[in-house]
Amino acid sequence: MRHIISILLENESGALSRVSGLFSARGYNIESLTVAPTEDPSLSRMSIVTTGSDDVLEQITKQLNKLVDVVKVVDLSEAAHIERELMLIKVRATGKDREEMKRMADIFRGRIIDVTDSTYVIELTGASSKLDSFISAIDAGLILETVRTGVSGIGRGDRILKV
Amino acid sequence: MKMTGAEIVIRCLQEEKVEYMFGYPGGAVLHLYDELFKQEQIKHILVRHEQAAVHAADGYARSTQKVGVALVTSGPGATNAVTGIATAYMDSVPIVVLSGQVPTPAIGLDAFQEVDMVGITRPCVKHNFLVKDVRDLAATIKKAFHIANTGRPGPVVVDIPKDVTAQVCEFEYPQTVQMRSYNPVVKGHLGQIKKAVQLLADARRPIIYVGGGAILSDASEKLTKLVHQLGYPVTNTLMGLGAFPATDRQNLGMLGMHGTVEANMAMHYADVVLAVGARFDDRVIGNPANFAEEPRKIIHIDIDPSSISKRVKVDVPIVGNVPDVLDEMLKLFEGAKPDAAQTADWWARIDGWRAQNCLGYKQDSDLIMPQYVVQKLYEITGGDAYIASDVGQHQMWAAQYYKFDKPRRWLNSGGLGTMGVGLPYAMGAQFAHPDATVACVTGEGSIQMCIQELSTAKQFRLPIKIISLNNRYLGMVRQWQEMFYGSRYSGSYMDSLPDFVKLAEAYGHVGMRIERPEDVEPALKKAFTEHKNDLVFMDFQTSREANVFPMVAAGKGLTDMILAEDL
Repeated sequence: MRHIISILLENESGALSRVSGLFSARGYNIESLTVAPTEDPSLSRMSIVTTGSDDVLEQITKQLNKLVDVVKVVDLSEAAHIERELMLIKVRATGKDREEMKRMADIFRGRIIDVTDSTYVIELTGASSKLDSFISAIDAGLILETVRTGVSGIGRGDRILKV
Repeated sequence: MKMTGAEIVIRCLQEEKVEYMFGYPGGAVLHLYDELFKQEQIKHILVRHEQAAVHAADGYARSTQKVGVALVTSGPGATNAVTGIATAYMDSVPIVVLSGQVPTPAIGLDAFQEVDMVGITRPCVKHNFLVKDVRDLAATIKKAFHIANTGRPGPVVVDIPKDVTAQVCEFEYPQTVQMRSYNPVVKGHLGQIKKAVQLLADARRPIIYVGGGAILSDASEKLTKLVHQLGYPVTNTLMGLGAFPATDRQNLGMLGMHGTVEANMAMHYADVVLAVGARFDDRVIGNPANFAEEPRKIIHIDIDPSSISKRVKVDVPIVGNVPDVLDEMLKLFEGAKPDAAQTADWWARIDGWRAQNCLGYKQDSDLIMPQYVVQKLYEITGGDAYIASDVGQHQMWAAQYYKFDKPRRWLNSGGLGTMGVGLPYAMGAQFAHPDATVACVTGEGSIQMCIQELSTAKQFRLPIKIISLNNRYLGMVRQWQEMFYGSRYSGSYMDSLPDFVKLAEAYGHVGMRIERPEDVEPALKKAFTEHKNDLVFMDFQTSREANVFPMVAAGKGLTDMILAEDL
């Protein structure tokens, strides 16, 4: 099953490699990983999308908690949460495709943020599945480049991950 | 007071009451060595290879409850230390390894003797640090000792660039450590402990399964009290030997791949298992699927939550420091001794398994049986020696035939299985206990992996007794090849062995070769009395094809034991 794990960790050099090293050393999957400092610059917040059985997830959480740089770990998927991912996608936009691409971006509530004679860059935010849908909705031959941030997640309502 | 980084490091170690530091100098640590020279509180032990420095610090830590300390230079010094660090990591031994690093401006430029020590050791340390600013040095070293020796212990590496050891700053050693991200649990959850006590009180076929955690946390006394109060059988893992006295009637001996019949059968058929600082390792319970076939309730006390329900599903997990949890259990059991009649049938079954005498062997030929040597070693040292072991058949025979009644007497690499640890472990133990009897049980394969330390032992006059069970084979490999590879002894024989007697003499020690069974006892006596103050290398020419039994083959269940053929 797919899980989003949120981690608060010391914003120190090497902390990221401790987490990613743990995943590779113990054979856990990483679908995506994002990390950036929080409002408290001494702390980083990491979101990892992983898959595995309940037993594997239990081990992942325990092993992460064992890392000395890790302050808190929560499996967001255990309760109500919101997840978002951002994608920038550069597409060929010429002739009749130019208008069609604009329409598709509108349907998916994307924004065109760069325009040249022959290309658009579209910015799209949403759950990962929405970004996947956009990619499959447009003509694959027109995609020049994509870049995705990976998933960021946050608990709903009173679920707060803080020191 | 202003000090250089090098002075600060040494002052920090003094503050931590470090007696011995095992190390090897080199360019990146010259400032540190200069400061070591100027003081007397910390004794530096010059080894002959960095791997042995870390093993010796590890052996020192295992035989005491103090943190072992090693100092190595950058580059090859650091990489040579890695095997020692990984060995300590697998057995959760508290050590601090200080490594030199190239000066900060040179880091990342492929400088001479540069290696990414923090990167290389990351998967085999509890934690590591690269100190880039001299002002962080004291606090980092304080943290290193704190992390190494609290919670589930383990090795901590502090990598110190050369320029940091030359920079100057104000020195103040922090008295306490505050880390928001590191706060190990000590007390167990009382509700869980109550559940555990109830299960134990109602058990009909109980077993108490004790691992290295009981030794690392100094829980032996409380454990022994609880076991006697309950009257239940106990089995120790390889790492747990000595946590509960081996000569006690309630002790069924070691369990696992080379465990006794009574221990393995009792573990398999128990209705309640109390696991104390043990981790259901593959060498202990064999195939988990097979283990799971019998229904039973498992209580697991461990300070590391990730050890619980890792290989085997646990019914009552108790996260906490073992002695603290045992204390709570003892309080709850006070006055409420389980009725012995409740487990009478169970003990009768156990006695039946015991009657198979699975560790029996015959010393009747004109070849020396390796088991016989260990048995005589046990008798002659009164069971009171520190026994450092290497890895292989001799290790298993030492574990099976030397009856450890006290904790921290049995020093071996259980997790990583590192050949070559024996002699450095013995060195560490001998420094920690200068008047104690220290022996290294080894084989002609393992001993050659750190043989250079005979030179260190000479320099510091360590009267270690090396008991080499020499069968001219890499015995454990050969045993597996005999049993599972059609006796094709690929790479497992030892040709062109050195003359160990001459070798010992070349290093300035006493060497003995013992070839006949009747010479075993007199030779051991001579070594431990007449040569009490000498290092004696005893080369026992043992039966070439003796095997370690009982044996549970890899991937098999605990009840699937192979016993000695001639029994």
